[in-house]
Amino acid sequence: MALRVGCAAPPGRARDNKTGTWRVFKPVFDPETCNRCGMCAMVCPEGCVRETEEGTFEPDLDYCKGCGICEEICPKKSIRMEKEEK
Amino acid sequence: MLEFMEGSHAVAEIVKRCRPQVISAYPITPQTHIVEDLAQMVANCELDAEYITVESEFSALSACLGASAAGSRVYSATTSQGLALMFEVCFNVAGMRQPIVMTIANRSLGAPLSIWNDQQDSISLRDSGWLQFYAEDNQETADLHMIAYKVCEDHDILLPAFVCFDGFILTHTYEPVSLPTQEEVDAYLPAFTPYQRLDAANPLSMGMYATPEYYMEFRYEIDRAMQRARQSFIKAGREFGEQFGRDYSGLVEGYRLEDADTALIAMGSICGTVKDAIDEMRDAGKKVGLLKIRTYRPFPAPEIVDALKGVSTVAVLDKNISLGNGGAVGTEVKSALYGSGVTVYDYIIALGGRDVRKRDIAAVVDLAEKGKGDMFYGLRTEVL
Amino acid sequence: MTAAELIAFAAFEGGAYAQAFPAFGVERRGAPVQAFVRFSDAKIRLRSQIYEPDYIIVQDSTLIGDVNVFMGMRAGGIAIVNTEKPDFDSRVPEGVKVYTVDATTIALEELGVPITNTTLMGAFAAATGEIGLEPLKHALQRRFSGSMAEKNIRAAERAYNLIGGAA
Repeated sequence: MALRVGCAAPPGRARDNKTGTWRVFKPVFDPETCNRCGMCAMVCPEGCVRETEEGTFEPDLDYCKGCGICEEICPKKSIRMEKEEK
Repeated sequence: MLEFMEGSHAVAEIVKRCRPQVISAYPITPQTHIVEDLAQMVANCELDAEYITVESEFSALSACLGASAAGSRVYSATTSQGLALMFEVCFNVAGMRQPIVMTIANRSLGAPLSIWNDQQDSISLRDSGWLQFYAEDNQETADLHMIAYKVCEDHDILLPAFVCFDGFILTHTYEPVSLPTQEEVDAYLPAFTPYQRLDAANPLSMGMYATPEYYMEFRYEIDRAMQRARQSFIKAGREFGEQFGRDYSGLVEGYRLEDADTALIAMGSICGTVKDAIDEMRDAGKKVGLLKIRTYRPFPAPEIVDALKGVSTVAVLDKNISLGNGGAVGTEVKSALYGSGVTVYDYIIALGGRDVRKRDIAAVVDLAEKGKGDMFYGLRTEVL
Repeated sequence: MTAAELIAFAAFEGGAYAQAFPAFGVERRGAPVQAFVRFSDAKIRLRSQIYEPDYIIVQDSTLIGDVNVFMGMRAGGIAIVNTEKPDFDSRVPEGVKVYTVDATTIALEELGVPITNTTLMGAFAAATGEIGLEPLKHALQRRFSGSMAEKNIRAAERAYNLIGGAA
């Protein structure tokens, strides 16, 4: 493996690091009570909340670190942080 | 009294006791804990100093230079990229003979980007006119700050100083340190009396333009001050020993060197690991010793020659590389020992924070005794 | 890192020369980090990382799948692992004794946050006998104040008693 001149590297390597293993608490989204405001997706610092086909939202558990900001912001209390069984 | 604390915290505590009047510093890993602690002390009115926050290291040292020229005892701290950003100002500080003391939390220089330790940063400013002191542990780091102010502010010297300690290895290590009281520091380090200062009542300019008729003589004067700093350091170090019981009168320090065939030369925290390795090698019958360099500038050439009488082989551990010409310390040691008959080998080691074990020290000694040197030690050829 | 610092501090308070330092420098929570502690009767000069630990504390058991956390341990060594499952696949070398403690739950209950360093400190003290319970409490009182000290002492003591029963 030759070291690349200029310490150069292509983009996208961060995707290999599945930070989901870091979390202690996991977000659980309830689509029934979701009002589709999209605040959770907007505030997630990791871009780990995506919109579903129905217009509700779900977490990307591969990368979600369990910070709980989505639970904090949800106006419908539709998201709960639960301790994860590992 | 021994207290258990992080190296950075010990530095902040000792700097506080040195009563700086102006601090200007910019945070950079691994120095951040020092400047954060000092800022907190100023905010809490534990330290009566003006803390000037700036947007970069260039401004930090510029602010320090201005404050020093105006007659204040000044402090700053930086490392690596931050020190590099201060490059121009460093030469101006020394040229204007301002006794600024700056902690360097030694860290490697990018590219490639690295936050980990080596001594490239301070060593790369060896031409600047700043005195350079290297600490083996956090106690020595704290002590050298007091000695630095004393030496720098001597009107016969009037030069700035880097007090260097290895990033993470010392800055972020918790170990016992004995901190003197404020009274004890005041007894050792009196209040700052500037040699001259900017004063509207008695105006003068500093750092003015010099034509070819004068420039060289100014530079000669700085070099002479550097040479005088040798005796000044020895005196200040001896006085420190008399007051605090820890002697620093040596520009260099030998460890089990008396009957050594092979000597290692090193600076900084690596010396601790080397000493343990030497004890093991000695137990196995090898006659090895260490010559630790404490003051890198002024370079202690005569002390090195003197300490190595009787040694046949020298292995210099360089945590730096002057790209295109080998390790800086090795090159200078070779120059000092020119004509002496001692064989000197240079080993580039531990760049970018690579860990050094006792077995690595033993391997270097082995290489030197087999006549193999002037190389990168421990190169991972499989990634080349 | 704080777990290492606390253990080293407790050892220092007990009269030893202690040294604690991190492997990775990035100062943030959540990322895998390694820290080292040495304590001795004599001054410690050695600065290298630790490759043959006598003891190891694993704060995050999910690391065990990815990294050989027990590398370098020899027979007689002791490992303390934070996990809910006492029968997890530990991959521990021959002759190394493993103690498990659900430090996350204890920390959540006593401190309200899953910060396990003081809990694991209690487990370490009981499992290895290197630090007594009283010096440990004293160290926590020195490092934390008021109710924080009380809560951390409770967490440490719970783990201490749990392990003490199994030791």
